Amino acid sequence: MPAPTSKAAGQATGQSVVSYNFAYMDEQTKRMIRRSLLKAVAIPGYQVPFGGREMPMPYGWGTGGMQVSAAVMGKEDVFKVIDQGSDDTTNAVSIRAFFARVAGIRTTTATVEATLIQTRHRIPEQALREGQIMVYQVPIPEPLRWMEPSEAETRAMHALEEYGVMHVKLYEDIARHGEIATSFDYPVLVNKRYVMSPSPLPKFDNPKMNQCPALQLFGAGREKRIYAIPPYTTVTSLDFEDYPFAVQRWDVPCALCGATDSYLDEIITDDTGARMFVCSDTDHCARHAVARDMQ
Amino acid sequence: MMVAQAAKLISSATSTPISMEIMLADALDAEPALMSVRGVTHYYGDRCGCRSIDLDLWPGEVLAIVGESGSGKSTLLNLLAGRFPPSAGTIHYRDAEGVRHNINCLSEAVRRRLLRTEWGFVHQNPRDGLRMRVSAGGNIGERLMACGNRHYGKLRGSALDWLSRVEIAADRIDDRPSAYSGGMQQRLQIARNLVSSPRLVFMDEPTGGLDVSVQAKLLDLLRQLVRQLNLSVLLVTHDLVVARLLAHRMIVMRRGEIVETGLSDQVLDDPQHAYTQLLVSSILQG
Repeated sequence: MPAPTSKAAGQATGQSVVSYNFAYMDEQTKRMIRRSLLKAVAIPGYQVPFGGREMPMPYGWGTGGMQVSAAVMGKEDVFKVIDQGSDDTTNAVSIRAFFARVAGIRTTTATVEATLIQTRHRIPEQALREGQIMVYQVPIPEPLRWMEPSEAETRAMHALEEYGVMHVKLYEDIARHGEIATSFDYPVLVNKRYVMSPSPLPKFDNPKMNQCPALQLFGAGREKRIYAIPPYTTVTSLDFEDYPFAVQRWDVPCALCGATDSYLDEIITDDTGARMFVCSDTDHCARHAVARDMQ
Repeated sequence: MMVAQAAKLISSATSTPISMEIMLADALDAEPALMSVRGVTHYYGDRCGCRSIDLDLWPGEVLAIVGESGSGKSTLLNLLAGRFPPSAGTIHYRDAEGVRHNINCLSEAVRRRLLRTEWGFVHQNPRDGLRMRVSAGGNIGERLMACGNRHYGKLRGSALDWLSRVEIAADRIDDRPSAYSGGMQQRLQIARNLVSSPRLVFMDEPTGGLDVSVQAKLLDLLRQLVRQLNLSVLLVTHDLVVARLLAHRMIVMRRGEIVETGLSDQVLDDPQHAYTQLLVSSILQG
């Protein structure tokens, strides 16, 4: 019964965070995850299996991302969590509070201040810099899964660089919609070798992964896979010669800050169909609004 | 192309077996065998799948493997396509550059490359050979995309071209195979395999589950395509009529062994082995 013992010991010493190891997970688990991370960084885009642990929340809420964050987190880190670009949703607030409690580290909502950013489905609009680490929460790490249900087969396909079926998927899009209608989880080729699922990012964010100065780590908790893009790695989105990759565009600026260069969410504002478009990145939106007001 | 001429002669039913034999022999001397099989044996545990099979397949030749069910036809076909290794014996394949490969020693990468470029495999059940959740156009284009074609317009063009070749209406290009009839699915599967101009196509009972009128159309189509593209075909069938219509040469298998081999018309008109005689005499006379 190790838990009560450590709790008792904690009470005796009077520390605030007593029941848990630093950043929740035990050191052996973190070492295991770090080994997987090192391998993932060494082979950009390759999915490394790891012994995913149970986290104190359900699969699909970011357990993979949390394990990776916990494994790379240090006492000096400044931690930011975004959920669909937003710093203030339940998921983002909870994960930030969780690590503030179990690791005692500083948290922030400002992209520029953060050294470690855990994200669900967005990359911040603010350009990332060297020394920052992005941690992506990934639901389904295997980009070939929709075409090929067998795990053994998809592994062989990755090993042999057999990626024709990814284009079959894009072909189907064009045949059905007249354009590549895949707008999120848009497959990318990493370092000209592995096809990788960029987690359900909007394809708007795909170009930001290319030659990114920050280290990008991807954790899939349920599927127990880790993969990575080291800094300054070539990341290209798959496309056809006559249907080149293109990102989404909006006709209107952000209704709150007036930004025209950011990814916009459509918000329904009443029952009569009124809607507004606002930045999905709340930090970017707030800063942009402040800068505009100062002018 | 002597082989093509020989193939034409053979597939036109008017010529006599003897002149064909001479033509074919002349043609075959000119080029080395596409596939040579020596002493191939396969055991499923204690049970014999096929035993000491020797055969050669020349470029542009259609070779039928006939026999009753359980005679080891499909085992042999799967061995030749490298789907599993034989217990003994060697299978050599000469690729487009003239390099001889031992099929059993091929790396997975090379075997898969051959399968998507130089070979085709037509399954008895089209559901095994098609992607049922992908449109007909996508199914046809898949091999081209796997070979690096990245131009949607061209892919679309060759898909339309192949649909018309296998007599499927162009407006069905975006339908999924599940919306097709069995005969259309089988034709689509053939188009999907032939789009990358393979040199050798394995066919496992291609007309298996089809009704007689559809069978006849499909056979007609196959015969045309084989002639146009100068394909080599290894055709497994239990239906001697199919073999007679398509194949230049046939081998008759029984209990995992070859009992008779020869030109199709020769084997069917003048069967030597008692088992072949039995098979031939059991063809329903219409």
